[in-house]
Amino acid sequence: MKAYLILEDGTVFEGTHFGADREVVSEIVFNTSMAGYLEVLTDPSYAGQAVCMTYPLIGNYGICRADMESKKAWPDALIVRELSRTPSNFRSDCSIQDFLNEQAVPGIAGIDTRALTRILREKGTMNGMITTKEHSFAEVEPQLKAYTTGKVVEKVTCKEAYTLAGATELMKRWDENDLKAKPGTVQELNGTGLKVALMDFGAKENIIRSLVQRGCEVTVYPALTSAKEILEAKPDGIMLSNGPGDPKECTSIIQEIRKLYDSDTPIFAICLGHQLMALATGADTHKMKYGHRGGNHPVKDLATGRVYISSQNHGYVVDTDRLDAAVAVPAFENVNDKTNEGLRYTGKKIFTVQFHPEACPGPQDTGFLFDRFIRMMKEGEVAINA
Amino acid sequence: MPKNPNVKKVLVIGSGPIVIGQAAEFDYAGTQACRSLKEEGVEVVLVNSNPATIMTDKDIADEVYIEPLTAAVLEKIIEKEKPDSLLPNMGGQAGLNLGMELAESGFLASHNVTLLGTTAETIRKAEDRLEFKETMEKIGEPCAASLVVENIPDGVAFAAQIGYPVVLRPAYTLGGSGGGIAHDQAQLEEILANGLRLSRVGQVLVERCIAGWKEIEYEVIRDAVGNCITVCNMENLDPVGVHTGDSIVVAPSQTLSDKEYQMLRSSALNIINELKITGGCNVQFALHPTSFEYCVIEVNPRVSRSSALASKATGYPIAKVAAKIALGYTLDEIKNAITGKTYASFEPTLDYCVVKIPRLPFDKFITAKRTLTTQMKATGEVMSICSNFEGGLMKAIRSLEQHVDSLRSYDFTALDREELLERLEVVDDQRIWVIAEAIRKGISQEQIHDITKVDLWFIDKIAILTEMEERLEKEPLTEELLREAKRMEFPDNVIAQLSGKSQEEVHALREQYKIFAAFKMVDTCAAEFEASTPYYYSIYDGENEAIETRPDKKVLVLGSGPIRIGQGVEFDYCSVHATWAFARAGYETIIINNNPETVSTDFDIADKLYFEPLTPEDVENVVRIEKPDGAVVQFGGQTAIKLTESLMKMGVPILGTKAEDVDAAEDRELFDKILEDNNIPRAAGGTVYTAEEAKEVANRLGYPVLVRPSYVLGGQGMQIALSDQEIEEFMAVINRYAQDHPILVDKYLMGKELEVDAVCDGTDILIPGIMEHIERTGVHSGDSISVYPAPTVSDKVKATIADYSYKLAKALHVVGLINIQFIAVGEEVYIIEVNPRSSRTVPYISKVTGIPIVDLATQVIIGKTIRELGYEPGLQKEADYMAIKMPVFSFEKIRGAEISLGPEMKSTGECLGIAKDFKEALYKAFLGAGVRLPKYKQIIITVKDADKGEAIEVGRRFEALGYTIYATRSTAKALQDAGVKARKVNKISQESPTVMDLILGHKIDLVIDTPTQGRDKSRDGFLIRRTAIETGVNCITAMDTAKALVTSLENAEREDQLTPVNIAEI
Repeated sequence: MKAYLILEDGTVFEGTHFGADREVVSEIVFNTSMAGYLEVLTDPSYAGQAVCMTYPLIGNYGICRADMESKKAWPDALIVRELSRTPSNFRSDCSIQDFLNEQAVPGIAGIDTRALTRILREKGTMNGMITTKEHSFAEVEPQLKAYTTGKVVEKVTCKEAYTLAGATELMKRWDENDLKAKPGTVQELNGTGLKVALMDFGAKENIIRSLVQRGCEVTVYPALTSAKEILEAKPDGIMLSNGPGDPKECTSIIQEIRKLYDSDTPIFAICLGHQLMALATGADTHKMKYGHRGGNHPVKDLATGRVYISSQNHGYVVDTDRLDAAVAVPAFENVNDKTNEGLRYTGKKIFTVQFHPEACPGPQDTGFLFDRFIRMMKEGEVAINA
Repeated sequence: MPKNPNVKKVLVIGSGPIVIGQAAEFDYAGTQACRSLKEEGVEVVLVNSNPATIMTDKDIADEVYIEPLTAAVLEKIIEKEKPDSLLPNMGGQAGLNLGMELAESGFLASHNVTLLGTTAETIRKAEDRLEFKETMEKIGEPCAASLVVENIPDGVAFAAQIGYPVVLRPAYTLGGSGGGIAHDQAQLEEILANGLRLSRVGQVLVERCIAGWKEIEYEVIRDAVGNCITVCNMENLDPVGVHTGDSIVVAPSQTLSDKEYQMLRSSALNIINELKITGGCNVQFALHPTSFEYCVIEVNPRVSRSSALASKATGYPIAKVAAKIALGYTLDEIKNAITGKTYASFEPTLDYCVVKIPRLPFDKFITAKRTLTTQMKATGEVMSICSNFEGGLMKAIRSLEQHVDSLRSYDFTALDREELLERLEVVDDQRIWVIAEAIRKGISQEQIHDITKVDLWFIDKIAILTEMEERLEKEPLTEELLREAKRMEFPDNVIAQLSGKSQEEVHALREQYKIFAAFKMVDTCAAEFEASTPYYYSIYDGENEAIETRPDKKVLVLGSGPIRIGQGVEFDYCSVHATWAFARAGYETIIINNNPETVSTDFDIADKLYFEPLTPEDVENVVRIEKPDGAVVQFGGQTAIKLTESLMKMGVPILGTKAEDVDAAEDRELFDKILEDNNIPRAAGGTVYTAEEAKEVANRLGYPVLVRPSYVLGGQGMQIALSDQEIEEFMAVINRYAQDHPILVDKYLMGKELEVDAVCDGTDILIPGIMEHIERTGVHSGDSISVYPAPTVSDKVKATIADYSYKLAKALHVVGLINIQFIAVGEEVYIIEVNPRSSRTVPYISKVTGIPIVDLATQVIIGKTIRELGYEPGLQKEADYMAIKMPVFSFEKIRGAEISLGPEMKSTGECLGIAKDFKEALYKAFLGAGVRLPKYKQIIITVKDADKGEAIEVGRRFEALGYTIYATRSTAKALQDAGVKARKVNKISQESPTVMDLILGHKIDLVIDTPTQGRDKSRDGFLIRRTAIETGVNCITAMDTAKALVTSLENAEREDQLTPVNIAEI
């Protein structure tokens, strides 16, 4: 069946439909990872967006459900050049086509994804419609212009708090195969006995996994949980997760985060969590032209000068020019465009990063930041610079 | 960290002559490194024995030494040039070994030379099997169970412990030479004995066999502060068991999930960090196909063939960045030259699929085993880029120039199901064609996978291609079908054959439906950033990004495709220099080529690079977009010449010598007319199409005769025939491929072979010099030792040659380059052949005369005259140096290949010996080619009757040098009768000890074995030669070569008394 991708600027791509048969309007973004389409599909940060994979051959290794980063697929649609007819991988449970049907996510294949990417690069992220119907642009233009991702964090967060205890729990929860994979950068159970409160704004499971694998007991809280409730549980540290949408939409969450900031609890934040902490402490964020989504961005640790390849997925960024050094200073920056990739909070046991140390998909190079967080919980502020 | 200010003068070691396993990729890497160093204001001293390379040009390095790559020679150069640093990791294994040797001996330290890039300790940790294994164990990176052994009993015992099959890998060898898989004790003993002998340190690794696992490679780069990234990962279609150089390789990996991808990526980074490599590094993994288990196969702490491939596949110039790292820069300080916006610390990401296929030399060695093993056999490779794997594979297949353009090109239709199942067990260069036929015959993909272990994803892709073939055969050629076939890169001629249409009809349909190739960019970043110097590849399913530019003048330079015997790196040298000369003359330059190993496919050589097959259709796609003002074909070898007619049909003017004049040189009748008009003699001969005609001509001329196809390079298919029977045999071989051109039969003349490369502007001719071959006629010019200036011919002969050259160039209206080969019989000079184009001697003669031939030829093509360029026409004054070009062979890599020299070229590379006098030059040339005598002072002589006289002289001279001579019966008798002490040894079939036992006793320096004229069918001779080669004994098959060698030995200056010559000062 023919399908169309109609962009806000009037460009129309014709392709082939796959997955769920429904029309969607969404924000169109591109991701440059060459592998890891399932992790992308199940990353809650893509809620409210339709993702174009720049790598042209998608579905090659099928769907290995053990690699899901949450319980379902979140993007509004998937845009690819070519779908593999025969998935091939020893762990593959089903094809990506079947998975998207099951997840009720529509897709469009057979389009020139590079041409689409160039449009997004030149004109910036824009909205688009994926449909199997033949619409005139005029007909859909108002709908395209009106679309916003909205308060999407509330859609993706967990409904109630739950706790995962230590590495043994992990054995039950995750596939055995998963443990056979080299556990990334984990060297030791250095977090045993530490209690971490994780604010779920759309957390990728590997954040939880990264902590649990190190022995931490993790309690996952819904996004709208009050600071009071969290602090009353007396966690050793708090993690603010990644998540979708415009950080400034999360007004009530920002207020609660301010309270967490004021407490003396060690905090580590990733992506949306990083932006929310910045907003809670007087800094500003802005929308980037087309964001960073992929697994190849170099980020520099400004304390050491070391450069790491990071997994990225963000469309908003913290403004460093309006940063008050008395509150926070840049800790990481993007080597390519010099945008902010992390902050260190002055006089606080708080550090936050824009990129994704939990990887999945993408490089595991910055997994050591979880160890840094654990050291901070154990040893205090000094550990941040270690 | 900024540049290290202490680095002011760097010695760069090249990789030496091109051999299998160490080829043009090191010219590419070395050239890039030198340019990168010079960019930083560092003075570069280059040493490489290979004169055909671009890196050995004075525009690339400041001081250039084309000298043998031995420690003694390097020491002399270091003493003379006093560099402060040495960069050893650009010259492949040869360069690395040499750097290690100098570091370990303490020479570098005592001369205050710092080893840049990577330390000796790192090299040892990565290269020494035992240290490597210990290091991997320390950091928890798994290796296959293995043991380093230094003798056969230890190997047998260990294999018994871990079970057969076992893999054998000798330490410190090229292209896995001497390695292999042993399935039982007998095989183990055979391979192990050979491997121990070939290993520099007498060590072989015996390893658990992981054949059938997925083979995955990562190219990693790390700076001195520890920042590291992976440039690219690659997956081999051929599972572990086939050397990656002989495998079909795809980038990026296709069948790995992010979990596996990142697991191996993290492992690669872990390894490079532990080894503290600064610069580029290649890590090879075996990944179990149904679990997360993996093994590290090996690590190469240097640039490599894989790093060249990864550079071209991604646009990330690994050697250039590695050179900057060596100077002290960190990755985040080095700009990505393609985007101009990002940095070298940005990992490339691909939005296309890259397919590499090796170019194997079985068309040259028809007796050789085609099976692929862990010992590399490919001489070169092709790379293609497409938006889909099917298209990438189709493009790569037709880039090979081996008469293949689809998955039907090798015909296995005659095999039935059972035979196919059996054939699938064979691992050779035709395996994907066999898989395709198996699919057509209904064998299930699972069954094919079970036998071949090729991943189902790849098998299914082959199935998609065979399904398309079937649709094209059975269905009407609708727009949809045609579009889909083109998306998969089916060429028009294949579509035409399958659909029963003519190629013109298919082309017309494409015009009608507007199905044209579009071009996409390789930009390192999947379009995330705008690119400033990208390169292009064609697709059929998307918008075009290549914008037609409209400069004043635009020229298309056609490259020479994959490196093969007969068409090597020399033609890349010519293409690159022509491109630079056009650029200097204000032209916009466009290169089309498909060889990832070469300098010409570097992103910043031409203004625009199209990474495409060199077929008429693919070239036309580029022409349609670019509309060049002209094309040059005379620099790209036969590959480019073959495109002449098609280019003219496309309306692209051929710059330089006209097509009809090129034809005149190849067309027997036209050429005979020219010779007659100019009173130039040639060997009598005739043009034939059939064996009957050939025999008739041969009998008229009298045997021996030379039989060869026209329009070939490297003497392919050329043979000396002694009888009607041989004529029939050779004609059958030549006619195995459809012949569009006639076959030439000439009277075989015995004399001195001479050669010139010249530049002609239509009026005047510039002849830089005359080269004389040491071997008399009958040995292909590319396999002969070539001496400049010609040492043994009279001035009269030289004058005749200059005169004939002038007349021929005039008569053929040559504008640009011409190569002419002559035979001098006494004072009489005959023409052998004329090639109005570049030749493999162009770089050599340019360097030793200091005359930039390609540059001059290009300017002449543009319209300048030789006089305007400041040269006096005619034969130039002879240089003060003797320069000897020595062929280098890779016979030990090709099991079963006949090594005796003949009219068909067999050498893979060459080296140069240059000195003030002939003898020193000759000694250097042999040394550069790896002939290092004496060791045991024992030689074997076994020659055909006609050579007995000369054998006596050679024997006497070796005897005088203190050598013990062994000889087979009749040779021994001839020697003894002449008073040369020769010990008689038995033939192979006779009782022990035989000549074979003697060779296997490992105490023989040299075998001189001249085979019976024509094709030697004696099993004995063949066996002797093969055994000698495979056990690392020098083997000479022509008396002239033997004489040259003994001359060089008689005058063997001690190696440390050689005087290095700086080519940049010539």
